[in-house]
Amino acid sequence: MSNRPTEDALLPQAAMPANSTVKMPVGVPGYTLHEETRQAPASEPPVWPINKDLQYVGHSAHRYDGPDKASGRARYTSDVQLPGMLYAKFVNAALPHAKVISVDTSAAEKYPGVRGVYVVEHVLGPAELRNPALDRGRYPVVRFAGQPIAAIAATTPAAAQEAATLVRIQYEKLPFVVDLDKARESNAPPVFPGPADEEGSAGGGGGPSDVHQTGNVHGPSVHRVRDTEQGFKEADVIVEGHYITQVQTHSALETHGVVADWKPGMLTVWASTQGTASVREELAGYFDLPMSQVRVITEFMGGGFGAKFGAGNPGVVAAALSKKTGAPVRLMLDRQEEHLSVGNRPSSDQTLRIGAKKDGTLTAIHLVSYGTAGCGTGAGCAGPATNLYQYASLHTEENDVFINAGPASAMRAPGHPQGAFALEQTIDDLAVKLNVEPIDLRDKIDNHPVRRVERQIVRESALWKSRSPVPGADQGPVKRGVGLAQSVWYRFVRTNCAAEVRVHRDGSLEVLSAVQDIGSGIKTVLAQILAEQFGVPPSQIAVKVGDTNYPVGPDSGGSVTTLSLTPAVRDAAWQAAQKFLADIAPALGVSPSDLVLVDGEVRSGSGKFQPISFRRAAAKMTASQITAQARRVPDYDPSKYLTYGGVDVAEVEVDTELGRVHVRRVLSVHDCGRPMNPEQTISQINGGIIQGISFTLFEDRLLDPKYGLMVNPDLDLYKIAGAREIPQIDVRLVEAYIGQSSTDASGIGEAAGVVSIGAAIGNAVYNATGVRVRRTPMTPAVVLAALRQGGTQA
Amino acid sequence: MPGSAFPPPSPDSPPETPRSGITRRGFLKGAGITAASTALLEGVQTLRADAESEATPGVTEFGPGADSVRLHVNGAEHVLDIEPRTTLADALRLHLGLTGSKIVCDRGVCSGCTVWLDKIPVNSCMTLAIDAIGHHITTIEGLSSESEPHPVQAAFVRHDAMQCGYCTPGMVMSCAALLERNPHPTEHDIRHAVSGNLCRCGTYPKVFAATLDAAGSRRA
Repeated sequence: MSNRPTEDALLPQAAMPANSTVKMPVGVPGYTLHEETRQAPASEPPVWPINKDLQYVGHSAHRYDGPDKASGRARYTSDVQLPGMLYAKFVNAALPHAKVISVDTSAAEKYPGVRGVYVVEHVLGPAELRNPALDRGRYPVVRFAGQPIAAIAATTPAAAQEAATLVRIQYEKLPFVVDLDKARESNAPPVFPGPADEEGSAGGGGGPSDVHQTGNVHGPSVHRVRDTEQGFKEADVIVEGHYITQVQTHSALETHGVVADWKPGMLTVWASTQGTASVREELAGYFDLPMSQVRVITEFMGGGFGAKFGAGNPGVVAAALSKKTGAPVRLMLDRQEEHLSVGNRPSSDQTLRIGAKKDGTLTAIHLVSYGTAGCGTGAGCAGPATNLYQYASLHTEENDVFINAGPASAMRAPGHPQGAFALEQTIDDLAVKLNVEPIDLRDKIDNHPVRRVERQIVRESALWKSRSPVPGADQGPVKRGVGLAQSVWYRFVRTNCAAEVRVHRDGSLEVLSAVQDIGSGIKTVLAQILAEQFGVPPSQIAVKVGDTNYPVGPDSGGSVTTLSLTPAVRDAAWQAAQKFLADIAPALGVSPSDLVLVDGEVRSGSGKFQPISFRRAAAKMTASQITAQARRVPDYDPSKYLTYGGVDVAEVEVDTELGRVHVRRVLSVHDCGRPMNPEQTISQINGGIIQGISFTLFEDRLLDPKYGLMVNPDLDLYKIAGAREIPQIDVRLVEAYIGQSSTDASGIGEAAGVVSIGAAIGNAVYNATGVRVRRTPMTPAVVLAALRQGGTQA
Repeated sequence: MPGSAFPPPSPDSPPETPRSGITRRGFLKGAGITAASTALLEGVQTLRADAESEATPGVTEFGPGADSVRLHVNGAEHVLDIEPRTTLADALRLHLGLTGSKIVCDRGVCSGCTVWLDKIPVNSCMTLAIDAIGHHITTIEGLSSESEPHPVQAAFVRHDAMQCGYCTPGMVMSCAALLERNPHPTEHDIRHAVSGNLCRCGTYPKVFAATLDAAGSRRA
């Protein structure tokens, strides 16, 4: 993800009807709430007041599909079973770098139950050579162990798996490198024979394509703001740190996969995806099909975290096998493939210098980063350094280093947990050097009005007040510490999304959008919006999503879904309600403007008739169905540069004898515009915190340098935080109105804790021990090494 | 031998001379070693005792092809044609269409596939379907009816103890089993009960709260 929201400016904007001036609530209730004027399209619905004055939106309606999920009735892609369906299995490269000389599938084809074999022609995911002619050969070059080479479709999963072992692949081994430092050396085996680039997905990731490449080093991508040389000259103090973070895999519980059913005139695909639209586009493009002949369905999906956009190799291969065999084909990756081939969070090796005046003013930030996105790009991590604080000058150099490992993909707040881990610990170092409280220093260098409120909430919290100002104050071997860090994310608006609302004569209501609910709860939010507009409880709304037969939805990446889609849904609901009232007004003997929808009733504002139930009023419709569609209109004031974020506080216990870091409590103070459903928002923040703890303390994709293979491609040796490692998490949601759309919603997925908690833990460990741990995961070995060295470079 | 898939070996035939690599007796020995719980071990031993106590002469081996087996799932008997290597998870998901339990790690570390054998939670991905013969299997689908959810399911909905929902069936089965054996758990007990249940969305705090609430509402 680029650091600034620019891409939407390149899209054709929705037609702007005549504007009208509206007054909107802006700021944080109880702190900074005030009214601002905006120019909104005249067709927009009336401005909503703040949450406390709404009935359903902003309140915690139960998750729309909660009963389906809790009962096991929810049908995910991996659960789809169609008559005559075949099961497909990939045949994957066993070597990290090789030319494929031949692929012999004859034995596999003869295996009982096998119905189709497909040899992969183009591998999706890795960076693409700028000059594709450099990769001559019949088959794609293997650039990581686990790269798909072929696939088998058979009548049972077991038959497909056995037949897959019968495919004979002849390789010409190539030298490989799986270590970032070694890959940077001038004589390192080249992962690509020339410059190569990877585009980002809807979730971000990817890297710049206009940069220099030397050997395996793709970069630097340089960003300058004024003159850092001058900035450091003007500094009274300079702090510097060298930080290292590891590769993390997404490890969604439902693996990547599809069920593809290729029939004449229609390819139907159930996909575990964060973007039904992205899957349809890629399949239509790959197979040269009209968009109207590709349908993608995602009713439920078991986690993505940024890795699930487009059809990818599973989608293309399953569709090809379905076409070939004439039968529906299910292709779900196994756990090992999920670790190896469909994305990860790149590593980082950052050298960060910050110069400041005695009063804390930042004069210069200088960041040089290297990181590996495997055989992809996207290891940039300068976002936090660039966007969290005010500074006089900035210089960042981001480098991607290719290694023979699976390509990275966007992962929840791409680049930001890594960048914040370095930045926010360095800012705390600066506070130590300036002898000021870290929270006071941030007040000096961060003028974001919402962050200021959030710091005030932290300052007043019992947890922050319990922090010892003296590092390492505890006497025993287990030392307690408290630290904080801030997060930042950006407002990306997708205007390319729409929704339809239907009112039926029986009084039932439905909303339709192709948007997929990836677990963040957009289904519930859409029901709440209709409920608010029609004055009926959310439980009476039918939500139809996750199907490209409905109006196009946004791809769910970069925290765009709620903020992009909900205004379109509200606009459609409002328009449908206006049409509905206009339709029934004559039967009620009043003008439409006299009608009010509230508490499940239709009422006459002037009291011309006794209130009647919504259902009885709907029976007066002159048609069986009233519909309205609306597209997302641009933000009311797109010139405003808006970020969201929060302040996270961690309390840790560090066992200085065993090296174990345990996070006991977390206070998480976050904003996301108007919270549409606080309970679901808190769920996402809990999740961000827990994923961030897992990244900071446990997870690590380990590659064996001798064989170039991942040694822990599972969920036992690849350690993820579990029930015993979960702290008490206290989330404080800050309503922060921004006056930008008919719902004024924002997103929370990226900003939620995952960005900042690693640095908060690092700062808490410093507070506990007086030693800075500059490397993740903070395993006991890493912590003990840092303690032995007394906090010098880890 | 009601509920058993395979005729027991003849006492006359040598027990360890497989036609196709595996005998029932040898297979069961192996299965016993990998069985995931004490209850399951007991079940296997029962099955083996059955096998040895009843004689059907002439047939000594089974597999690797499919055979007809009878499983008792959610209160009903089902007859399935499965290979002896078929896991309980696959039998439930692929053969019976009970897709509530999920296969996530496929090696017994995430508990996404949790079902009950006689009310004891087991990882169905690590349990052979034939080892479940003679046991009462309860899946998430059988925990409750649509009209009346199990108190744990209702509490999960009330507390929003789910996000993507893929771990939820396994979590519910683990928490409901906890309440079966300990109606008054502490949060510590709940953490222990779901310490094998992996959730990638990070929904644990609400799982703890929901299960505590469910225990309270059961008491009430």
